[in-house]
Amino acid sequence: MKRVQFEHSTIPYLFVAPQIVIIVVFFLWPAAQAIYQSFLLEDAWGLSSQFVWFRNYKDTIFSESWLQAASFTMVFSALVTFLSLAIALLLAVKANEVIRGASTYKTTLMWAYAIAPPVAGLMGNLMFNPLIGDLYKFFNAIGWDFDHKLDSFDAGFVVVLIAVWKQVSVNFIFFLSGLQGIPKSVNEASMMDCKSSFRRFWTITFPLLAPTTFFLMVINITYAFFETFGIIDTTTRGAPGGATNTLVFKVFQDGFRGADLGGSSAQSVVLMLMVLALTVVQFRFIERKVHY
Amino acid sequence: MRFKPLLAALALSSGLLTSTQAFSATEIQWWHAHAGNLGEVVNKIAENYNASQSDVVVVPTYKGGYEDTMTAGIAAFRAKQQPHIIQIFDAGAATIINAKGATVPVADLMTDFNIEDYIPGVRYFYADSDDKMIGLPFNSSTPLLYYNKAAFEKAGIAAPPKTWEEFETIAPKLKEAGYIALAQSHSPWIFSENFHSRHNLQMATGNNGYDSTDVKLLYNNDHMKMHWSKVKEWLDAGFYGFYGRAWGDNQDAFVQQEVAMWLGSSGSFGGLTKSAEFEFGTTFLPYWESITKEPTGTFIGGAALFAMAGHDDDEYKAIADFFGYVTSNDNQVFWHKETGYVPITQAAYDSAKKEGYYDSTPDAEIGILQLSLPGGEWTKGYRLGYYVQIRDVMYKHYDDIFSGTATVDEAFAAMEKESNELLVRFNDTYK
Repeated sequence: MKRVQFEHSTIPYLFVAPQIVIIVVFFLWPAAQAIYQSFLLEDAWGLSSQFVWFRNYKDTIFSESWLQAASFTMVFSALVTFLSLAIALLLAVKANEVIRGASTYKTTLMWAYAIAPPVAGLMGNLMFNPLIGDLYKFFNAIGWDFDHKLDSFDAGFVVVLIAVWKQVSVNFIFFLSGLQGIPKSVNEASMMDCKSSFRRFWTITFPLLAPTTFFLMVINITYAFFETFGIIDTTTRGAPGGATNTLVFKVFQDGFRGADLGGSSAQSVVLMLMVLALTVVQFRFIERKVHY
Repeated sequence: MRFKPLLAALALSSGLLTSTQAFSATEIQWWHAHAGNLGEVVNKIAENYNASQSDVVVVPTYKGGYEDTMTAGIAAFRAKQQPHIIQIFDAGAATIINAKGATVPVADLMTDFNIEDYIPGVRYFYADSDDKMIGLPFNSSTPLLYYNKAAFEKAGIAAPPKTWEEFETIAPKLKEAGYIALAQSHSPWIFSENFHSRHNLQMATGNNGYDSTDVKLLYNNDHMKMHWSKVKEWLDAGFYGFYGRAWGDNQDAFVQQEVAMWLGSSGSFGGLTKSAEFEFGTTFLPYWESITKEPTGTFIGGAALFAMAGHDDDEYKAIADFFGYVTSNDNQVFWHKETGYVPITQAAYDSAKKEGYYDSTPDAEIGILQLSLPGGEWTKGYRLGYYVQIRDVMYKHYDDIFSGTATVDEAFAAMEKESNELLVRFNDTYK
């Protein structure tokens, strides 16, 4: 194919300049700083520093607490992503079928979208408070020996529940608009071919929703990795015994509370690489299966 | 200074100062970590000081919790925008004192400074290994036992326990009366650091960390393991309540009369008098008679004010003048009464006593009395690097003891290993 050549002009560069400046100032420069800092053993005040190659990586990444946080982050992210997508999809499909009072249903389900993660965390904290928490009392009343202050499963349950609850409404909005974007004619045609609504959903509707699902999956994994920080910070703070510590929370703990800049930077560089790898995998292998 | 015109305008419009005074006044930025009621008292101190003279204007700024304040100070220092005075808490002391050139010692700053003026318990906590005071103790508290008098009456117990042995005899009675006997709000501070001080036990090599950064933590000792085995037993028997790591949740359990005794801070006294709807008393932190017959005093907790490096002579003169005001009798008594934190000087303690403050509120004196108990070799304090992280490590393993996922021996062995790794990192960074 013949390449179309436009005349060079500086104007397009001017248009993209603000975006480039933002990326450089708010992403590339801090990322470069983190990489540089991760090779240094420096006191908090910046008065003395030594170049130590991979010492910070060795000290932090191979520590038991980092490995524990890494494995929890994986399980947590997988659970949060899967559950919030699955529940949202179910709700969207059902809400899409509702005819009477549809907008009331939809508004109620979108409600939680406006809540920031730390606020969701605080609300969860109240509900699971051992002295006054309703959910805490409820679970204990139905025979579950619930104690999230000491039981790591229960603590994990609390943070997953809050994180999923907060995210379902976001996914719901996207799934609902995705469902409404499917042409009526396709649905009607499939109804003539197949009686089972279950099969119709998995063979017609779900594949047509694939672009939305893929987009949401990327968004949700990022959410579970990074944005749930506010939830962890306001609920368990990694307790009990580090069982609900996530990688981002650990970066914050070591860097912002503990003033260990080198160790914290090394962890954030590793986190950056993990997310990069994850994104590459998503786009190279999963996106191929998505038909737009 | 770019704030000066604004300040002058404010001064003119309010009519409190003349513009010439405002222009000649030295402005001192003071970053602190007190919100709510405590924050108001801090603002009042600055207001009182600013009204007392016209050469210096102290501007207090709330920067979040202790860790947030330290992080804000670190970021500002690295950007060469540091405040003049910053409040740094006990666990962060090593971070600022061991970094050569981050702070100017109080002992050098203040004229006619005499460390003997300070009450024994606070004297050396923020000092270096040569007993030279680096940070000025500001809000100093110490762990105390609070007990619900009604609960004790109901259970037929005459007096609060002096020792843990006594505690073990009264705990079943309290349980029978429908109470969990005990909760406490800060395992590292109360059940670890002050455990060592109260029994005069060494908690780290290198003179508890004062002499060197190349040190090891000595928490993995038989006394600590005995104590924690007991705490776990009490938890299982229903004598001990654990409401999570958060300070407030455990205090709430006491306020709501679910637990009969609570180990908290002497600084909690003011708040408790407002929130508790029952009569409570305070007493010293219990000790194990099996470990010592002569219990010693406790450490302080809380925070100190540090003068940051990189300012000019006039500003340091102003800081010294303000520190002089902070330590003055009037201000110390005011602070002590408003907050429950202990007065830091002997003279201020004497004035409060003379005023008859302790005749009307005897419980307010318990903290100072405990800090004035005979000291021992290991009651001066501790200076340990990355101690914020070490406390997290401790919390983590105490959780494991409580939940039963680790035995006491396993937990302390792991705690020792992880803590010492952090200390090695700190030593390599700050040597």
